[in-house]
Amino acid sequence: MNPSMAITEAPGLFTADGLTGVIFLIMMAVTIIGGIIACSAERLVRAVAGLIVCFIGVAALYYFLNSPFVALMQMLIYVGAVCITIAFAIMLAAPEESKKNGPAGPLSGPLGFITAGLVTYGLIVMAMRTKFTSLPKVNGGTVKELGIQFLTSYSMVFELISIVLLIAIIGALVIARAGRNK
Amino acid sequence: MSLLTLYNNLNTFLYLAAMLFGLGVYGIVTRRTLIGMLISSELILASASINFMAFNRFTAPDPTVGQVFTLFIMAIAAAEAAIGLSIIIAVYRNYKSVDTEDLVELNG
Repeated sequence: MNPSMAITEAPGLFTADGLTGVIFLIMMAVTIIGGIIACSAERLVRAVAGLIVCFIGVAALYYFLNSPFVALMQMLIYVGAVCITIAFAIMLAAPEESKKNGPAGPLSGPLGFITAGLVTYGLIVMAMRTKFTSLPKVNGGTVKELGIQFLTSYSMVFELISIVLLIAIIGALVIARAGRNK
Repeated sequence: MSLLTLYNNLNTFLYLAAMLFGLGVYGIVTRRTLIGMLISSELILASASINFMAFNRFTAPDPTVGQVFTLFIMAIAAAEAAIGLSIIIAVYRNYKSVDTEDLVELNG
């Protein structure tokens, strides 16, 4: 019904497949728990720590999805760059830790919970009811083939994304510089 | 299907991504600082990337396309975080606050 490759029939706990499954369950829990901390922690520094935990779990999920290169990039870019940048911004711009940092109003907690619950429910039901058909693979998705794709089919996008990053860096510098002499 | 072969199932990843998306939406709705909202939006981007990678692994004929797309999402997210954080720092310099309730200059 659902596409699954290399169907294994309920491996024992202490075989290689079983231990892989255990590690996957642990990483799934790490992702969800990190996400919960990131969206509900009182202090923003703890939220960033939760975000780091969540991204490490996501990197492990990418590894399970046959993409070790993307997993490494996730660790490098998200954990190493984005989270650290957010931590610096918290140190620069959010000194009032004593001020209440929780929900914005008395109703926003329950309303946010209902909204998020409905969105999650809708997505899960949609995933449950849809039948996805698997197509035969035309290549293995290795790092070599990824590099070939980057420099042939997607070379234009590859160049454009570097321009976007350059403009983002210059724009960030300009915006953060404005009004500094006051 | 056993609990230990969940990683060979497309729906596991879809449910996990849906949960992360819900957590991100909850964070965006309830947070009262701009940085908290930015953190939650990173969760939403991560859930989109997980969906791309899951379909890439289980259904797509060319398994490099999803990886390329996820790498582009990462680059865009890095650019977005840099711009967003610099805007937050500029806002903090002008208002001495990053609380969404204090940023009322454009109120009608």
